[in-house]
Amino acid sequence: MSNHTLTDAGQAGLANPELANLEVSGLTRSSFILRGAMAAGAVYGLGAVTPFVSQALAETGGGDVEILNFALTLEYLESDFYNVKGKEIALNGQAKSYASMFGEQEADHVKAITKTIESLGGKPVAKPSFVIPANSQSAFLALASVLENTGVSAYNGAAPSIQSKEVLAAAGSIVQIEARHAAAINLLIGKSPTPSQGFDVPLAKEQVLTKVKPLIKA
Amino acid sequence: MSSPTSEDSAPQPTGIVEHLVRDDVDRKRFLKMAGGAGAASFGAFVLAACGGSSTKTASTAAAPAAATSTTAASATTGDVAILNYALTLEYLEREFYAKVVASGLFNGKVASLIKEFGSQEATHVEALKGAVSKMGGTPAANPNGKFPIESATQVAALAYTVENLGASAYLGQAGNIQSPEVLATALAIHSVEARHAATLGTLVKKSLTPDGAFAKPADMSMVLAAIKPFLA
Repeated sequence: MSNHTLTDAGQAGLANPELANLEVSGLTRSSFILRGAMAAGAVYGLGAVTPFVSQALAETGGGDVEILNFALTLEYLESDFYNVKGKEIALNGQAKSYASMFGEQEADHVKAITKTIESLGGKPVAKPSFVIPANSQSAFLALASVLENTGVSAYNGAAPSIQSKEVLAAAGSIVQIEARHAAAINLLIGKSPTPSQGFDVPLAKEQVLTKVKPLIKA
Repeated sequence: MSSPTSEDSAPQPTGIVEHLVRDDVDRKRFLKMAGGAGAASFGAFVLAACGGSSTKTASTAAAPAAATSTTAASATTGDVAILNYALTLEYLEREFYAKVVASGLFNGKVASLIKEFGSQEATHVEALKGAVSKMGGTPAANPNGKFPIESATQVAALAYTVENLGASAYLGQAGNIQSPEVLATALAIHSVEARHAATLGTLVKKSLTPDGAFAKPADMSMVLAAIKPFLA
């Protein structure tokens, strides 16, 4: 079975080619949505992630545990990105200190979400395995930027479906941190800290889901 | 339903701010923090305020305004009230940045970031006004702000404080919002305020994540108390 995020979509002309080779292997619904979110982000840009996630979660029935498991899968990825990949690459300077600080915070998110799922009587999903394509500091930071910004879009897409006020507050408290990470990484690599200007949402809610679905192998 | 208020009486949608300005109980205490040092220790201040008696004001803040005016209930409770509260904060942020830009204290990359943030706050103002109108409410009036603008360092520190306050204010309302559309708008703005705060954190060499891995919310009474010194 292939773990590829994208099937035969060429990488030329992708909005975020960094995401195209990132692999998430896992058969859970959450892994599937994460693959889809990344495919949406890779092909159509991060603005496509929000509506994709919101619709994909709505289709699952939208329970809070389901949403939290998706968030957990995303946090597993971010945590591995900094704490595993970040240590494989000889990072230096600001990149190194960001990776260490952000990695710790993503690991805290994993723990907190796991606990929340358990307190709701749910079962936290298993961690998928990831193949993270970054072999240099610059590739690492480019991917960090895309991942953090994807995280913001994903949380913003998921949050309106959350039923419990407490869970919503927790998600809000985490997305704010992802946004802070995203801004800091973007500044570091000379990108705008506010890539979507005043609103972290797509400008137009296009038919993302129908476009993205054929690109994903379940 | 109720007849519109006449033009010469106080504009109804400013209920929150009016109430705030009238309520002088804690004014002196809050004015203290308008000074530079006060702004820097805002986190500690918020914690102190949270633990204090002001918590009670929180739940009742809107009530006196409603009782003393003919404002429809929807203007002081629910999504319209939350949107107008956010709008009030955005008006102040917009004015603050406009004054900072006009001060010419910054140049180069920092100046362009500040200008960009200011124009984003302006888009927030427009979006929130639109959202209030769409829900059948009346957008809050633009309050007049006053901001200490002395030096680049002081202004950057104040901007960092203001943006962190804004982010925590949005976070504090997320659970109170009823409409999914309003929530989506608030979230879309919330993460941008967070981006501003983190960017300013890098400029003033302060933490990008002052609350650690989990951002803390601020309730309406804390935020309104904190902005009091900036209302002319």
